[in-house]
Amino acid sequence: MVDEAHVWEALEEIPDPEIPVLSLVELGVIRSVDVSNGRVRIEFTPTFLGCPALEFMKRAIEDKVPGADVAVITDDSWSTDKITPAGREKLRAAGFAPPAPRLVQLQSQVHKCPYCGSSETRLENIFGPTPCRSLRYCESCRQPFEQFKTI
Amino acid sequence: MNEQALLGLADDELVLGWRDSEWTGIAPMLEEDVAFSSISQNEIGHARAVYSLLSDDPDALAFDRRLQDYRCAPLVELHLLEWAHTIARRWLYEVADEIRITALKDDSDAAVAGLAAKIDREEAYHRMHAEMWHDRLRDEPRFQAAVRELWPYTLGVLPAELRGELVSRVGLGEVDAVERGTNTEELGPLWEEMTVVRRSAPAGAQW
Repeated sequence: MVDEAHVWEALEEIPDPEIPVLSLVELGVIRSVDVSNGRVRIEFTPTFLGCPALEFMKRAIEDKVPGADVAVITDDSWSTDKITPAGREKLRAAGFAPPAPRLVQLQSQVHKCPYCGSSETRLENIFGPTPCRSLRYCESCRQPFEQFKTI
Repeated sequence: MNEQALLGLADDELVLGWRDSEWTGIAPMLEEDVAFSSISQNEIGHARAVYSLLSDDPDALAFDRRLQDYRCAPLVELHLLEWAHTIARRWLYEVADEIRITALKDDSDAAVAGLAAKIDREEAYHRMHAEMWHDRLRDEPRFQAAVRELWPYTLGVLPAELRGELVSRVGLGEVDAVERGTNTEELGPLWEEMTVVRRSAPAGAQW
């Protein structure tokens, strides 16, 4: 008998297609898992609405949890604050500056370099290789890096 | 917001997404090539999400309607492959769209309000991009002329009750708007291109 913990474990094995160091669970896009009367329902929220990986992720969930009803929820419940602490650390280790928490971001405009930790960084482009990333440059270690946008 | 107004919003985002994507590969700076491509991708994603509220088949709404059934504002239809006009349109559209999305966040339909809030998070970055260009070009006569030329079209993006705020934000006087509901001649060739795969493979294309 499948229970919710099993489903969460299975979902932890699905990598984000664009940043595969993270799982979908660490990315925070699995909003809920519900198992009742033998039916599995998984609610999933896109990061950005135009994300081309959306269908890919939905199919990956359906493949991993056969028979599950996967609902894509386009409300306001996902923000970058939903990325788990472990997910943030994995982003940093992979050279992506994790998004600042929303409250902090609104008050200060500090962006730290994921390589050397310096705050002496400048915005090169609000947009980057995917909608969720900006391009910045570290003045201290002279390293360009990708900044996960806070949304 | 009623269905026709939501359809208008989705059509605006779809058509502007196509128009702005025309810069992919040929923008005057590499950074803008990347920016316009990303912004277009977001706008088309917003269109898909709004069509999905209206129908179980968002692709059919996006691509299977007749040309005259598109509800987009004439502003987004214009084929403006010239940088000053393109930037003027981006800025004007974002100002108008912010007013519309802010109102929509208080919509009585929770699904609409929730989606509007999600769209707004992404649009914040489009606005930063547009404001950055506006700050840089606002004193340039060529940019100012483009803004004046597009102003009647910009008024047409919003319903009459929201235009007062647009007038005060942009700082130009109220003039006769180029209203939604009559498509410009420039939409035809775009519609041809946008729908060509769906029309040539009605049973569905497979890749």
